[in-house]
Parts: sequence; C-alpha cells; structure tokens
Amino acid sequence: MSTVLDVKGLNCPLPILRTKKAIKDIAVDSVLEVIATDPGSVKDMEAFCKQTGNELLESKDGGGTFTFKIKRKA
Amino acid sequence: MSQPGKSMSIIVTKGTLDWGYPPLILASTAASMDLNVTLFFTFYGLALLKKKLDLKVTTLGNEAMEMPMMGMHMAMPNLLAALPGAPSLTTAMMKDLIKKKGVASIEDLRDACMDIGVRMIACQMTMDLFEYKPSDMIDGIEYAGAATYIETATQCDINLFI
Repeated sequence: MSTVLDVKGLNCPLPILRTKKAIKDIAVDSVLEVIATDPGSVKDMEAFCKQTGNELLESKDGGGTFTFKIKRKA
Repeated sequence: MSQPGKSMSIIVTKGTLDWGYPPLILASTAASMDLNVTLFFTFYGLALLKKKLDLKVTTLGNEAMEMPMMGMHMAMPNLLAALPGAPSLTTAMMKDLIKKKGVASIEDLRDACMDIGVRMIACQMTMDLFEYKPSDMIDGIEYAGAATYIETATQCDINLFI
C-alpha cells in the first residue's frame, strides 16, 4: 500500500511543498505516490529527491498527468 | 545523495505582488529540500511581513508586463497605467490569473515558510525609517541589522539579492 498525494492543478512550488509535507508523515522505506499536472514537476521532483536523499522509484508521463513514486529514505 | 547542512540567504527588497513571489518561492522550496534558509527583509521587502498584506502590481514603467487576454497578450501604455484605478485593475487581473493557474498566494507561501522554519529577519533600520511597529508585523520574526545578515551570509552556500 502506498500513500497517494494529489497535487493536480497546483503550480510551482506547491507540488514540492506538499510532497515534503506528505513524505514526513509516512514511515521510512514506504512509498509516496504523487499525481501532478505541472510539467515542471518532472525535473523538480528529480531535483527534490536528489537533494533530500529520498529515492525516486518512478516518474511516469501519462499525457498531461504525471505520476511519481518516491521512497522515503531518511 | 542528500547534502546535509546546506543553507541559503536572500535579501528581500521588493514588496509588490509580482516581486514578492521569487524570494518566498525559493525560500519555501529550499527549506523543503532541507536547506537552512534565512530571509532578510529590508526597504520595500518589509511589506511582505505586514500582518495585513495588501500587495499591488502596476504595469507603470514595466514595458515587459503583458497580460494574457482573449488569446492575446495585452500591454497597457504608461499614460493609462498612471491613471487612478489602473493599478487596482492590474492587481485584480493578476490575482485572478494566480487563482486560475493554481499558483499559491503570497499569504500561503509566507505561511509555508513559517511552518517549515524559514528564519525571517526584518531590517530594524527600515522599520524605524518607515515608522513600522513590531505590532504591524507578523509574529515569529526577528529584528536585526546588516551585521546579522553578513554573519549569516558568510555561512551560507547560496546568497541572493532580490
């Protein structure tokens, strides 16, 4: 089971801010699924994970909707 | 790999509805990415710390500012932008766009910064200069001067002036 965060319709930097909040609430090693419509979030989610040490397991472009799976590390 | 202990400071000098965004976006994002963030608000940047935010934007003297309208982009000649009521109109249009495009409000970004522990310093000298009282400003901020900023900045990886 993974937690799902819906940030559809939200623009930069809200997807990242909401992701940070949500990832703090899940256990280490569990997965947060983020669904966004902001095309900028593709690169930003990568950068966010790189900087925070969380693992970006998956980044999928579903034609206007982007799905990310992030594993909480620390 | 995570890089612990990174930090950023920004000198915030502008307090209009458009220029309020960059420092608050960068600060809330950086703090979300585990950086220690300090914002130093001076001169017109102090407007962003007021309890009651009433930020405005004007096209006056800003030739690059066009508003998307009916599939085109419209600019306003300076002569019109100088008329009473024009800045209110531009501000209302901008706020409408912000809402429509899912962009956070300045209030939301400021709250996010407070929640996530961004350190906010109001410049004591400009507080005195413009006769602002701490009671005009939100709670949870510090009051200090240039030396405090410089000491902080020497320890930061990123230092910006906006």
